[in-house]
Amino acid sequence: MKIHEYQSCELFERYGIPCPKGYLAMYPEEAVEAARKLGAFPVAVKAQIHSGGRRKAGGVKICFSKSEVREYSKGLIGKVLYPHQAGPEGKLVRRIYITAGSNIEQEYYVSMTVDAENASVVMIASADGGTEIEELSRTHPEKIFRLNIDPVIGYKDYNGWEMAKMLDFEGEQAKTFVKIARGMYRLFMDKDCSLVEINPLITTKEGDLIALDAKVNFDDNALFRHPDIMELRDYDEEDPKEIEASKYDLNYVSLDGSVGCMVNGAGLAMATMDIIKNFGGEPANFLDVGGSATTERVKAAFEIVLSDPNVRSILVNIFGGIMKCDVIAQGIIEAAKSMEIRVPVVVRLDGTNAEEGRALLQKSGLDLIPAETFAEAAKAAVELANQGKEAAK
Amino acid sequence: MILIDNNTRVIVQGITGSQGRFHTQQMLEYGTKIVGGTSPGKGGMEVLGVPVFNTVKEAKEATGANCSILYIPPAFAADGIMEAIDAEIELVVCITEGIPVLDMMRVKNHLKGKKTRLVGPNCPGLISPGASKVGILPGYIHTPGHVGVISRSGTLTYEAVYQLTTLGIGQSTAVGIGGDPIRGTGFIDLLDMFNRDPDTLAVVMIGEIGGCGEEDAAEWIRAHMKKPVCAFIGGKTAPKGKRMGHAGAIINGGKGTQAGKVEALEKAGVTVASTPDKIGETLVEVIKKAGIYEKCLTK
Repeated sequence: MKIHEYQSCELFERYGIPCPKGYLAMYPEEAVEAARKLGAFPVAVKAQIHSGGRRKAGGVKICFSKSEVREYSKGLIGKVLYPHQAGPEGKLVRRIYITAGSNIEQEYYVSMTVDAENASVVMIASADGGTEIEELSRTHPEKIFRLNIDPVIGYKDYNGWEMAKMLDFEGEQAKTFVKIARGMYRLFMDKDCSLVEINPLITTKEGDLIALDAKVNFDDNALFRHPDIMELRDYDEEDPKEIEASKYDLNYVSLDGSVGCMVNGAGLAMATMDIIKNFGGEPANFLDVGGSATTERVKAAFEIVLSDPNVRSILVNIFGGIMKCDVIAQGIIEAAKSMEIRVPVVVRLDGTNAEEGRALLQKSGLDLIPAETFAEAAKAAVELANQGKEAAK
Repeated sequence: MILIDNNTRVIVQGITGSQGRFHTQQMLEYGTKIVGGTSPGKGGMEVLGVPVFNTVKEAKEATGANCSILYIPPAFAADGIMEAIDAEIELVVCITEGIPVLDMMRVKNHLKGKKTRLVGPNCPGLISPGASKVGILPGYIHTPGHVGVISRSGTLTYEAVYQLTTLGIGQSTAVGIGGDPIRGTGFIDLLDMFNRDPDTLAVVMIGEIGGCGEEDAAEWIRAHMKKPVCAFIGGKTAPKGKRMGHAGAIINGGKGTQAGKVEALEKAGVTVASTPDKIGETLVEVIKKAGIYEKCLTK
C-alpha cells in the first residue's frame, strides 16, 4: 500500500526524521493560508499523488509570493499529471502540500527496502540524490552504496556511521544522518514497510540535514496488524475495480484490453494474459480468484470483470487444486442470476471437481462456451472479443 | 524421485481447519502416509482417523514423522514453520499465501544451520506421483515417470504436468517453490537434487517475472546441469511496477523481466517454451533431441 508524502512526513516526524514544516491544502485559498502560516518565502507547492516523478511532470513548484502560490495552486488542483511512473491515464491532483523552502547545498538519496535474496533489510544510499535512483544505478552503479542490516540483531548505530562515512558526512551532519537511519529502520520494522525512501535528503547551506521528500510503502500482507496505517489508505488514488476486488481478497489489476480474465492462481493468470496476447488479443485485466475462493467471491470477481466497459468477452480459465471447480461454476451461475451477462463467456475447467463443475454449468442452461484446453479457450475468447469490437464499431 | 517417497511420514499442522481437513483427506486418498496432525488446544482429538497433538514436537515423538505440511492462516504461519524447524522436522512444506515478508525474513534466518528444508510458502507443495503427495496438487493429473518439475506457480504447474501426462510423459517429482519473494527451497536446490537423482532424466522449470531466481538458476545450469532442461517464464505481458498477484511477481527498476530471464536461460542451453500451452511439446522436443524420449514415455 502507498500513502501520500504529507502522511509519510507525519510518520517521519514521529520517528525523529527531520522534514520541512508543511500544511495540506485542498483549495487555493488554503494554500495561501498555509504559506502565510509558514511565515517566509519561498515555499514549495507539491501535488499529492501516488506516483514518483512529480517534479518532471510539473507537480512541484517553488513559489516566492502569495499570488504565485494562489495562481499555481489554482492550476494544479484538479489537474491531471502524467508522470512517467504512472499509467497513461495519469493522476488527478486532489490535494497539495505546502512546505517551507530550504537552501539546498547538496542532494542525497537514502532508502530502506527488503533484500529478498539475502532475507534482510538493505539500506541504499548515494551522494547523487534528487534524480531517479533507477537511472543512476544504470549509469553510475559505483555511486550507489548498499548496506545489509543483520536481521537477527537489527539495525545498530554503527551501521548508520558506516553509511555516513561512505556518503562523506562529518561532524553534526554525520550524527544527524545516524539518527535518520535509526528512525527509518524503526519505522520500517514497526509498521511492516516495504519501502522507506528519502529522495532527496538534503544538506542546507546552514548545515542541516532535511528529508525534502518522503515515500513510505507498506507490505499489504501485514496490514492486518496495522489498523493505524490502513486508515491512511486513499481510495481516490486507486482503480475502483481494484478497490472492489480487494474487499473480496481478489488479486485484480486493471489493464486496457478487451478480453476479461478470471483465473485461479497468479502464475496461470499471468500465463493466460500472455497467451491471449499471443493469439492477437489484449487482456482487460489480471485476476486471480485465489486458492480458497467461495461462491460469493467468484460471483464478485465475475461482476468486477464485467463492470469494465471495454470487456468484449470473458475467459474463465480454472485449474483446480485447492480450488474446487464446482465452486467456480456455482459462482458463475449466481452471478448470471443477479446481472445480465452482456458478453460471451468461454469456460475451461480442469482439476479438482472439474466433472462436477462442468455438469453444474451444463444443467444451469446458461449460454456459456465450453473449451477443452487452455489454448483452445484463449483462442475462442480472443476471436469473440475481436468480433465484439467489430460489432461495436 | 526426490524429497518425498513411500516412506515419508507426514504431519499436518492446522489439521482441524477446513482447508487442513479437506486436503488431509485428499492426501490420504492419494496414499500419503499422514501419521498425525497438530492444532494447539485440540490435542487428543482425531481427524479422519489421524491423531491430533498440541505441538509438532509431541506429534513427531509419538509418530516418527519426518515431514510436515502447514495449512495455517498467514498471521500464524511463520510461527508454525519455526515450530517445525525447532522440532527438527526434515522437510516442511508451507502452503499458506500472504505471510508478511518481515515474518518470512525471520523464518529464513531461523533456518540457517538447522536440519530442516522448507518448501514454500505460498506454494502448492510437492508430489512424487504414485508414491506420496504433500500438498494441494490434484493427484489424478500426475503419472509416475522420469521428468522433474519445478515451478513458482501452483496452477501453472498443474497445467504443465497435465500437458506432460497427456503426452505420455510421467514425472519423477513435481515441486512448487511458491510465489513469495522470500522462500525456502529455490530453483538451484532442486535442480541439484534432480541432477543427482538417477530416476530423473530431464527437468521442466517454470518461472515468472520478478526476482533473479531464474537468472541464477541459468548460471547454475550452464556450469553443472547434466540433464536437459526446458522452461517457461510467465509474465511477458505484465506491466512494469504492478504486482501480478504473487508478492514476488513484480518488475522493479527494469529487473526481473520475462525477456531477461528467457535470454539468460537460452544462453545456458535451456529450451524455453514460447507460450504456456506448449510446455509439454517443448519438453518432448528436448528429450527427443537428447535421445531419451523412449525412456521418458510412460509404459
